[in-house]
Amino acid sequence: MPREFTPKVVTASALIEGDVVYMTSDDTWTRLLSEADVLTEEDYANLRLLQAEGQPELVVGPYLADVAIGADGPEPTHFREDFRRTGPSNYYHGKQAELSNV
Amino acid sequence: MYNYNEFDSAFIAERNKQFRAQVARRIDGSLTEDEFKPLRLMNGLYLQLHAYMLRVAIPYGTLDSAKMHKLADIAERWDKGYGHFTTRQNIQFNWPKLSDIPDMLDALAEVEMHAIQTSGNTIRNVTADHFAGAAADEVADPRPVAELIRQWSTDHPEFQFLPRKFKIAVTGSENDRAVIKAHDIGIQIVEQAGEIGYRIIVGGGLGRTPMIGKVLSDFVSQDDLLPYLEAVVSVWNLLGRRDNKYKARIKITVHEHGIDEIRARVEERFAIIRPSFGGVDLKLFAEIKEAFAPPAFREASVAEYETAYKHDPIFRSWADTNLAEHRAPGYAIAQISLKAHGATPGDASSDQMRVIANLARKYGHDQIRISHEQNVILPHVHKSDLPVLHAMLKKHGLATANIGLISDIIACPGMDYCALATARSIPIAQEIATRFDELKLEHEVGDLKIKISGCINACGHHHVGHIGILGLDRAGVENYQITLGGDATENARVGDRTGPGFSADEILPAIERIVYAYLDLRHDKDETFAQTYARVGLDPFKVALYEQDKAYAAE
Repeated sequence: MPREFTPKVVTASALIEGDVVYMTSDDTWTRLLSEADVLTEEDYANLRLLQAEGQPELVVGPYLADVAIGADGPEPTHFREDFRRTGPSNYYHGKQAELSNV
Repeated sequence: MYNYNEFDSAFIAERNKQFRAQVARRIDGSLTEDEFKPLRLMNGLYLQLHAYMLRVAIPYGTLDSAKMHKLADIAERWDKGYGHFTTRQNIQFNWPKLSDIPDMLDALAEVEMHAIQTSGNTIRNVTADHFAGAAADEVADPRPVAELIRQWSTDHPEFQFLPRKFKIAVTGSENDRAVIKAHDIGIQIVEQAGEIGYRIIVGGGLGRTPMIGKVLSDFVSQDDLLPYLEAVVSVWNLLGRRDNKYKARIKITVHEHGIDEIRARVEERFAIIRPSFGGVDLKLFAEIKEAFAPPAFREASVAEYETAYKHDPIFRSWADTNLAEHRAPGYAIAQISLKAHGATPGDASSDQMRVIANLARKYGHDQIRISHEQNVILPHVHKSDLPVLHAMLKKHGLATANIGLISDIIACPGMDYCALATARSIPIAQEIATRFDELKLEHEVGDLKIKISGCINACGHHHVGHIGILGLDRAGVENYQITLGGDATENARVGDRTGPGFSADEILPAIERIVYAYLDLRHDKDETFAQTYARVGLDPFKVALYEQDKAYAAE
């Protein structure tokens, strides 16, 4: 039996900054996981990934990352994705610093 | 120090111009990422977890104040005000923007530095003993030959598409401080009947299949060195496995074919190519050697040093751990720890880099070295200057007296930065260093090297740590495996795995149990961890690690 499809987001690195971005439902890229489009259907998720792959002028290395749906939107299910959305743990750099300044 | 000639400068300028155009074509959409990736990797540019990362080579770990100042400026202008020194004598900038890379490379070129061949399947930065040119136990300075190899291997047309990366390290001493037995080729300068030559070790490496290098030749003369090295790389280039990247390194080739067959093939190849080396390499080597002539050491009283040593306990503690014996009378090798307790191993801020640069110029014959242990060395300091040097270092948070102690930890960037990592390394290093500082135990424990890698690729050299820690992803949770009894010196040895790993919360108590077990097991204060381990083996440590743990749990 095929494995049940778990919710995903399309994520990648921004071409110029190299930082983590997520695809939104209106075809833009956001730096906030909470604003990402959560994909619950496998075929649609694959289509969205293809669309992301068609934007090499904006992003590098798009892929589908697992998320869980929490109270404030998607949450990472793996610690790697948690670090990607936050930044390094040794300095207050990256997302955690940049997004708190917004 | 070697200075670029016109050819070197023109080559770097041309490469930077090419890469600037390649970056522009990537940004305007003319190049896809698949097309661009091999180009950026050839220029040391990675895409990591949170940003791009530029890896800049510091050949044989040697810098002067101008280079260090430039690195500080680059970190400040295009990065977040710091740089990370690596286990292969490189510096990494963790936060550059793609569009800024060409300017960063041009800035590096101003001080004769670059990022070429710091990635990809090429011959990487040639590393050397960080005490080169200063060590009391040195047969000869390894840097001239390392520079010769750098020139030979840079843009070598035959070796741009090797089966995998290839790393060469050189030491001029019997006491190996360059981990030559864990390199694809390790070179030891030796003297035989008054003639300087080279012992060639091949097939060492860490990673998922750790191997200690084997002696390929006990003595290769200066005349034969480059053709011999070329023969080794050439044999592997043809024989090395390209079907499986995990079996592509020369350590596997040597393991699969045996050292004797490799030696026979190298000798056969050597005989063919030797005549094509017409002596240009020897003329070049003579010129390079001149560039590395030792500085004019001065003769002066060391009374100030002796007074400070006698009366200032903080200076004495620093001198006891951070100084090493120099070959010139009245001089010392001063090691600057980039391992302040709780800090990120190997990181230096732009301000710290500038302080180091200025001190090197004022007190250190303008010489700086970066060690594979992620520290900075001022190789030539007259002892009379040490008290003031120490005071200045202290002012800038650079006087941590812990070289070779438990808090002098090698740690790779791990999952805080690296896209390949399976777990974090830095926070584990920070916790261990902070804890043993709180316990005020590290001087009591003495010589103990902890090395931490955040994945099986072993950039943190965990296999050759007295205590090695390997971070893995076990079912979506960080898990840390311990190895004991590794050795990175001339007695190189791969550590023994203790058993099941520990979670991020459990790893610090586990390390404490090992250290307390050592303190119980050692004969006396003079028996180091490595010696105790060699005597008692793994079992008593396993008991301490696992059974003591159960005993606590049962309480």
